[in-house]
Amino acid sequence: MNVTLQIWRQEGPDVPGSFKTYEVAGISEEMSFLEVLDVLNERLVTQGEEPVAFDHDCREGICGSCGVMIDGQAHGPQLGTATCQLHMRKFESGSTITVEPWRAAGFPLVKDLVVDRSSFDRIIEAGGYITVDTGSAPDANLTPVPKPAADIAFDAAACIGCGACVAACPNSAANLFTAAKISHLNLLPQGQAERWARTENMVEVMEEYFGSCTNHGECEKACPKSISIDFIAIMNADYLKAKVKNRRLVAQ
Amino acid sequence: MESPVSTTTEQRRVPWPLAFYRSAVGKKWVMALTGIGIIFFVLAHMVGNWKIFLPDVAGVPDIDIYAEALRELLVPFLPAHVALWILRTGLIVAFLLHIHAAYALTLMNSRARPEPYQGPRTYVAANYASRTMRWSGVIFAAFLLFHLADLTWGIQPMAPETWARGEVYANFIATFSRAPVTAFYVIAMVVLGLHLYHGAWSMFQSLGINHPRFNAVRRSFAIGLAVLVTVGNAIMPLAVYFGFVE
Repeated sequence: MNVTLQIWRQEGPDVPGSFKTYEVAGISEEMSFLEVLDVLNERLVTQGEEPVAFDHDCREGICGSCGVMIDGQAHGPQLGTATCQLHMRKFESGSTITVEPWRAAGFPLVKDLVVDRSSFDRIIEAGGYITVDTGSAPDANLTPVPKPAADIAFDAAACIGCGACVAACPNSAANLFTAAKISHLNLLPQGQAERWARTENMVEVMEEYFGSCTNHGECEKACPKSISIDFIAIMNADYLKAKVKNRRLVAQ
Repeated sequence: MESPVSTTTEQRRVPWPLAFYRSAVGKKWVMALTGIGIIFFVLAHMVGNWKIFLPDVAGVPDIDIYAEALRELLVPFLPAHVALWILRTGLIVAFLLHIHAAYALTLMNSRARPEPYQGPRTYVAANYASRTMRWSGVIFAAFLLFHLADLTWGIQPMAPETWARGEVYANFIATFSRAPVTAFYVIAMVVLGLHLYHGAWSMFQSLGINHPRFNAVRRSFAIGLAVLVTVGNAIMPLAVYFGFVE
């Protein structure tokens, strides 16, 4: 099959970018979207042109590195998958596909389709962990976890931090990412000790970089792990409790 | 490296409700709570106004008696007008907070994406109502000012020429005998219905009211409320304009 790619090309953060059109012919419908970019880049390199910069790593939907806007949708038209899991059989031969980087103040553009997502690391640093003594591993099943809590925490923990939620959100809000990271720990017994400090700190660091949630639900649809916006409601409830409870803790 | 806790120690110097309101999540709580307050007012206002459909009591329109009774709410426990003004103050504060939170969040959101997408966007979940909340809010606020000038304050040329304080029924008939005014009221109710279609669902999320057993009825509730408010209010100007109420 043949496709026309309209790709955002931008040398760096301070230079203006624009769409460039590339015809890519003779690709197989079994190829993933990233492999089409590989084919294009191979050609660009042999022609002595600058290849298209894009992030990728595992190419099996678990690392969260890849992610671009494809025809105005984060990770493309297929729901519940990352860009690397999107195959060309989802497209018609002869179609024009627009490819654009994530756009958000919290994700400054590095080059072409690559953005800097380290703002997500700042959110995690604010509380997305459990403080424990290192040493020998504790016995398995030492801490009983109710099965429903384990299941729901696992749904939240499926977040790979790709940033599609921010990219898809009309407000560039990172509430789904932050809510998933908070809920994943707040729902488990091991996360209780730092629950309120975690919630307050992570929400507030998030708001330094990103917009606010208006409950469109676009993030849930864009998420390659289909993480539910129910977690945002859990975070909203926990944030109010955190504001009340944290002020009671004199030592904090 | 700077400790990430620094942001919260800074904010804890102010009382916690204020610190809460400073955050976007807190502003959404306030939007939801004030929204609920305004919804209660809208419903009470609608049911009260349905009195235009009732027959006169001893030659006086029922709605005129009701309007006068509102001023004397809780008399003799409170002097006249006091209870009404307490309610009005609450309503005005709710509106101001709702508008301020919306304004502040809109600014925050426009800063969060300084460079918009250059290609076309495809929305999967966002609907017309959710994406036009700011517009429906602003249009409704403009309508609200017109409505107050028309039927509460009697300011020309919004109010009918025969407007008189306390003559609720007569003012009602006079204002909706004008086609453009009736049309504006009906359009404003459709706009309010759109605002409620998203808002009355969205408030559950903002307040963290989320339960597997309850989630399915949240959307139905919002649709029901939007239809009730739009139809329940729009029938009044339409009934006057088409001569069912004279």
